[in-house]
Amino acid sequence: MSEPGHRYVSTDRRVREDRRFVVGKGRYVADIGLPNTKHVALLTCPYPAARIKSIDKSAALAMPGVHYVLDGAELAAATLPLMTGLETPNVPRRPLAHEVARYAGEWVAAVVADSRALAEDAAEKVKVVYEKLPFVLDAEQALEKSSPLVHEAHGSNVLLDKTFTWGEVDRDFAAAPRKLSLRVKWGRSSTVPIETFGVVASWDPWRDMLDVYASIQMPRYSDQIGIALKLPASSVRVHYDVDVGGSYGVKRGIKHTVLVGYLSRRLGFPVRLIEDRLENMRGGDAHGPERLFDVEVAFDDQGIVKSMKLRALENVGAYAGRSPFQLGKPIGAIVGPYKIKSVQYRAMAVVTNKTTQEAVRGFGQAPTNVAIERTVDEVAEVLGLDPIEIRRRNMIRHEDFPYTIPSGTTYDSGDYHTVIDKVLKHTSYEDLKRERDALRAQGKLAGIGIAACLEPSGGNAMFEALLNPKITTTTFMDSCRITVDGIGSITATMHTTSSGQGHETLVGTVIGEVLQLDPELIRVTRPDSLNSLPSGTPVGSRMAIMLGGAAFHAANKLKAKLIAIGAHDLGIAPERAVYERGEVYDRNAPEKRRAWADLVQIAYRNFHRMPADMEPGLSVSHVMQVPTGGKLPDASGRVQMYPCTSFEFHMILISIDPALGRPQIVKYRVGHDCGTVINPKIVRGMTMGGIAHGIGAALYEEFAYDGEGQLMAQNFMDYLLPSSHEVPAVEIVHHCTPSPHTVLGQKGSGESGYLGAPAGIANAINDALRPLGISINTLPIKVAVLGDLIAAAQEKKE
Amino acid sequence: MRETLRKENRMRIELDINGSKREIEVEPRTTLLDCLRDTLGLTGAHAGCEHGVCGACTVLFDGVAVRSCLMFAVQAQGSAITTIEGVTPGPGELSPVQDAFCETHGMQCGFCTPAMILTAHALLADNPNPTREQIVEAISGNICRCTGYAQIVEAIALAAERLRGANRPKDARP
Repeated sequence: MSEPGHRYVSTDRRVREDRRFVVGKGRYVADIGLPNTKHVALLTCPYPAARIKSIDKSAALAMPGVHYVLDGAELAAATLPLMTGLETPNVPRRPLAHEVARYAGEWVAAVVADSRALAEDAAEKVKVVYEKLPFVLDAEQALEKSSPLVHEAHGSNVLLDKTFTWGEVDRDFAAAPRKLSLRVKWGRSSTVPIETFGVVASWDPWRDMLDVYASIQMPRYSDQIGIALKLPASSVRVHYDVDVGGSYGVKRGIKHTVLVGYLSRRLGFPVRLIEDRLENMRGGDAHGPERLFDVEVAFDDQGIVKSMKLRALENVGAYAGRSPFQLGKPIGAIVGPYKIKSVQYRAMAVVTNKTTQEAVRGFGQAPTNVAIERTVDEVAEVLGLDPIEIRRRNMIRHEDFPYTIPSGTTYDSGDYHTVIDKVLKHTSYEDLKRERDALRAQGKLAGIGIAACLEPSGGNAMFEALLNPKITTTTFMDSCRITVDGIGSITATMHTTSSGQGHETLVGTVIGEVLQLDPELIRVTRPDSLNSLPSGTPVGSRMAIMLGGAAFHAANKLKAKLIAIGAHDLGIAPERAVYERGEVYDRNAPEKRRAWADLVQIAYRNFHRMPADMEPGLSVSHVMQVPTGGKLPDASGRVQMYPCTSFEFHMILISIDPALGRPQIVKYRVGHDCGTVINPKIVRGMTMGGIAHGIGAALYEEFAYDGEGQLMAQNFMDYLLPSSHEVPAVEIVHHCTPSPHTVLGQKGSGESGYLGAPAGIANAINDALRPLGISINTLPIKVAVLGDLIAAAQEKKE
Repeated sequence: MRETLRKENRMRIELDINGSKREIEVEPRTTLLDCLRDTLGLTGAHAGCEHGVCGACTVLFDGVAVRSCLMFAVQAQGSAITTIEGVTPGPGELSPVQDAFCETHGMQCGFCTPAMILTAHALLADNPNPTREQIVEAISGNICRCTGYAQIVEAIALAAERLRGANRPKDARP
């Protein structure tokens, strides 16, 4: 996994953030203690759809220690609706329901009190009179004309219905000898971090400043706060030095922030909202995709897939944040690792009376990968082909890169066949099959699951312009500033929060590599939003590429400046000067040199020794554009999406107890290629964590609703997170195909594991069920469902 | 009037926290977790689910790993409570378990980490030579959403190995 010639990059170094975490000194939002802070508890709507007739706050306000009860009418009058991605002005989204509440658990009023416990007590005293309204929960039903409208003024429940046709789909379907169609369902789950979302806002009316501390992972966060609260963003100071207790995409608490920001301005003291688990799971607007796929493929007798039609119907819940865009990102890898020549893609998003979605790890790619990989397995099944063989036949070969897929993205690099070969060298496929067959002989259901998936990385948000032509954004920057101070110590800055990705380690490692200095010497800080350079935040599996890239370029600018200063002082041309571990010397006379301290002395105190026209001091910065980005989609909806594609190949052996339907993962192997690995500990951890999350999405986790629109899984007894018992030992086989587009050959890995594990597990279970003549394409594949399915099949067989 | 009302609701208790006696006033309904965080400023214990599943609030109660969200502060009177702050040897120092978590990178966001480490301390105090299965069992009540557990299991195994090799005084308790 390491590239030769690196001093610190790819070496097995510790992660600097860990020291504060192991002693409990992480600084999470709930640890922020501003004097005189008051606490919010929320009153939520008990019905999936209801008109708010009246709110009686008097009993709550009469309680000692209760300061305020805010309702949706007041907030809607004082603030603007939250930013959304699509042009849907009649689907406004606000922090508190205004006139109509549209899902069970939606926030209706916010109570402010001296303590959280008191605020909860008072919330019970607020009396709301509702008029129940008809509701719709199912995405397909929401499409029907007779369905209740979630947002009446919008006139329909459809937020997005866009069809793309890339290549000669009709011709390819007509010409292909074989066709197959499949329906795949991805159940509503999410990342569900162990820390709920929290935010503290403090308004200073004399400085006109709103200080915000939040467990946030949100692009354009301070812009969005400013717009909604009608403040200039220069009056919003977001503190990025807050540790985020896990996010994986979902911590987009803009509605929470606008709520407490307004309350702090209205009331004149700091206000904090730390969701409890119930608030988080019902009304935190943190659910993930719930997607129905109809896939159709055309293929030949050799199993070569010629063309694909994919319809994805997304149930976004009651309001749209950025969630419909999660139908857009998969366009950048719509054919997975395969050479499918033409594709039709219909992306549909509907509103229903369920909790609102937000971004989840992979931004819609993991469900899409399940649809593609289940289909490839079905094609293999029809032709009697081995699942690895059919993938080998269809995959893009190493020599085909750079490879342009029908939807316009050019994949940067890859060597998929070699990754598979390496995995099979590590673990014999034949032995694995023997192990499966031995389990079957013992009366178990056993199956091998194969999945070959891509992780588009680099976080180019081009799906925005693809799905909403009014958006013309063609950049998604990240940045780094490096300052060497007057006594020679080095401080670098990054300009966003992190939620466990080790970005301080990333920045230190990359700068240390370029400057040939111990990364431990490089302090990495996070200035607040008003002192920051532009940053797109750690979304879209992009920070190794974008923050790492910005740090690399900034360090090279610093190096160039040091060389210029040293060369000038040595009286030689800069081309003759050599930089080595903080010193500059004359190539022709290495004894002539200027040490680090000399260079600092010149830059800070001896302007008379500086080259002409050079700024004094040693501070440089770099704002980085996404590699390969910068173009809008063409008329046919083709555009370069993410710059890099990482590859993962999963091979899983699952055994199912036929009486209980309980699946057990016996062996788990994954081949992983994310280019140059900057920190092996971090990349391994992310891949393992992604697989664990994928196991959850495939087998356990679901925000299930009953027919009355009530969320049934609203705590950790019902929403099942994989524990150490459910996650098996996973062996990773590494391969490195560097990206030509990044500074060190690195690609993204923040979503690795998760993008392939659900597909691999679904395929393993279907392989196990094959002898019974049944299949299952609805995720999560829960024990109860599987048990019933197996029992029914066995009964039929007998 | 308001003050009186709230004073009446409070109880005075003495807690043994990290080897020190702390006399405090709490409402009877205050959980041990809220008391540790809000009253005593020990913010290494974290609120994850507050219904006893995730384990992020784990502290040691007479050496046993328990969920501080599931008990009242007043129930802790008379017992020795150890938090993550109590196992950290000194400013800037790490316990062998803490250091092992750093060595294997047995965390990402760090939110579940103090509880994981306390659970590991409790395990290793009882069983200095745990098998992988015993480690998996010991941490199965602590949910980590970041790591998939592999590097946590490795950290605990590494800490056990290092502690077994360490030159330590014998337990002097009778």
